[in-house]
Amino acid sequence: MIPAAFDYVRAGSAAEAISLIGQHGSDAKFIAGGHSLLPMMKLRLAQPAILVDISRISDLSYIKDAGDHIAIGAMTRHMDVEKSPVLAQHVPLLAHAAGHVGDPQVRHRGTIGGSIAHADPASDLPATTLALGATYVVQGPNGTREIAASDFYKSFLESDLAEDEMLTEIRVPKMNGAGWSFLKFNRRAQDWAIVGVAAWRGANGSGVGLVNMGQTPILASSVSTALAGGSSIADAAALAVDDAQPSADNNATVEYRTHLAKVLVRRALEHASA
Amino acid sequence: MEIKVTVNGKKFTSDVEPRTLLVHYIREVLNLTGTNVGCDTSSCGACSLHLDGEAVKSCTVLAVQADGANITTIEGMAAADGTLHPMQQAFMENHGLQCGFCTPGMVMAATSLLEENPNPTEEEVRIGLEGNLCRCTGYHNIVKAVMAAAGK
Repeated sequence: MIPAAFDYVRAGSAAEAISLIGQHGSDAKFIAGGHSLLPMMKLRLAQPAILVDISRISDLSYIKDAGDHIAIGAMTRHMDVEKSPVLAQHVPLLAHAAGHVGDPQVRHRGTIGGSIAHADPASDLPATTLALGATYVVQGPNGTREIAASDFYKSFLESDLAEDEMLTEIRVPKMNGAGWSFLKFNRRAQDWAIVGVAAWRGANGSGVGLVNMGQTPILASSVSTALAGGSSIADAAALAVDDAQPSADNNATVEYRTHLAKVLVRRALEHASA
Repeated sequence: MEIKVTVNGKKFTSDVEPRTLLVHYIREVLNLTGTNVGCDTSSCGACSLHLDGEAVKSCTVLAVQADGANITTIEGMAAADGTLHPMQQAFMENHGLQCGFCTPGMVMAATSLLEENPNPTEEEVRIGLEGNLCRCTGYHNIVKAVMAAAGK
């Protein structure tokens, strides 16, 4: 399969990328690693007239300790997130989840910013950063703004990003030793999750993100509220789908997904609390 | 658009359409047909090659994205005198192939795996090759071959 014809330009900086995308409007798309966009273009589910390649903006590839949080440049590849000693120490849940995206070849190309901007509810990193209470920094023609992950995801593959805005940084709070678990249920190792759970629990509360349980990545707030109110893990996990809207597909019915989410949330919380 | 790449040590300058996939450039422009197209959806790994030393799926990379890169394909693995790469030798000695279609991608993924983890356990090899499918289901000997190449 070969994508429909398009023009291709390369941006050397975020400002140049935003200027280029501004000139071409809704006909243009940013491309980073291309591992979400190119498959869609090959299937003609996306048909941009122009691609603005942002993958060479090397100053957007970094992982920095910024005090109470870790700042990750949007062009940081999954493999670099997975192998980061800084993340292993301060946000091990994210490093671990990044190691479950696709397969090694995909992780050599795909970026954390691309995955989040694509806003696929079936992807691992949107739900994981949502569970961790991340903040996304986006840059547009009039400067930068910060968006809480909980305000970012609007509907299926739709985010709060404007057409002329670019995700530049992901800020993830340090976990400060909180327990965590990442469970991904699928049929083949490299597949998207049928249901995935990213969970942490520590002195400051808990966070539970659900993969592939609705039109957006889901924050299972009801579970965390119940835990904070003294509920047992089993009782809290029973609320796992209260914030979700699972749908059926070739892999699972709604009932199966609902059951699976409750079981996986319970297991993840037991592991995170152990 | 003009791109410059180094493939198996040789420099090439080519004019390509932006929509040209790297695998088609390698196969149809450079005539290096050892890299196979399997699923064409970044699932099967048959098109794996090394882009700046790391395995990638060349059906999901644009040729223009590889501009300036150093690329190695299966044809570049053996030495100039024909001596097989240790991974190729290990695949041969352990019968790590049946029909052979997935083999170039397996060899490229496996060498990239050992580059990142020179001393893997058998389980790490199995997980590390999760992006490569063998429809003959010949995984057992493929894993044996990779373990042999790692000196185990």
